Amino acid sequence: MISTSGKTILSKDLENKRLLIQRDFKAPIETVWKHWTSSDLLDLWWAPKPWKANTISHVFKEGGKWIYFMEGPNGEKHYALFEYHEIAPNNFFIGQDSFCDEDGNLISIAPSMHWNVSFKSAEFGTRVEVVISFQHESDIEKIIEMGFETGFAMAHDNLDEILI
Amino acid sequence: MNSTWLHEKKNRKHMIETRRDVFQAIADPVRREIIGIMVHQELTPGDVAEQFNLSRQAVSKHIQILTECGLLKVQIHGRNYFYSIQPEKLSEVYDWLDPLKDIWEARFSQLDQLLKKEKDKKQKTILKINSTKKL
Repeated sequence: MISTSGKTILSKDLENKRLLIQRDFKAPIETVWKHWTSSDLLDLWWAPKPWKANTISHVFKEGGKWIYFMEGPNGEKHYALFEYHEIAPNNFFIGQDSFCDEDGNLISIAPSMHWNVSFKSAEFGTRVEVVISFQHESDIEKIIEMGFETGFAMAHDNLDEILI
Repeated sequence: MNSTWLHEKKNRKHMIETRRDVFQAIADPVRREIIGIMVHQELTPGDVAEQFNLSRQAVSKHIQILTECGLLKVQIHGRNYFYSIQPEKLSEVYDWLDPLKDIWEARFSQLDQLLKKEKDKKQKTILKINSTKKL
């Protein structure tokens, strides 16, 4: 069988203050859904190596929350909280992603993002679409900056290859 | 002789000026880490030296290069020099989506591996069941 490893499509829609991410996975919807919505599975893939995701608590139901932290290679910890607003099993979930402290209190200087993650059958399995909406355009820049540390830590090796 | 020396000096000065571009700034892993830390906060060279366990001299050199290529801006408060990142300059190197894309790619390839593991596991179970049935 031909390997059709998915291609990640990431695009910005600044006019509507949205980021769009799309990716196909070679697995049935139920399996992909499970990996996106069970914290023990999320812990295994949500953080890009060498970072690690650690769940503090997870209540997967409307009004419930996933509180977790991303742990960096030097022991840095970034706490985050995802609040589930609407859940339609094997179809979509909608919620709010925010940065918080270790007790789950929101950090007001950091912007919150509205997420809509939807799952559809695709030719080779499941297509996942993530739409992340921001309240202000400047929020996107802030998110990029905050994500930058993680991205940079990961991209080191690749960068070395490109630049040297 | 004197004029050759002058010429050389001028040349060297020219070289120093042109070599200060953003790509050179981020070619060094330590400087990339300095940038990574500074996207969160303004820092003095002393803070940086402390965080990286580097000599003040080494840090000064890195900060000088980062400043010369416009990646860092300095603000002087009394006797302290505070440096901060200039994001616009950084975007000359990166489309600002790139780091984000890297994160998602890494995430998804990890998820791919997990999904594959699950599939293999299922197949093994089916094989087991089938072979038991045959018995």
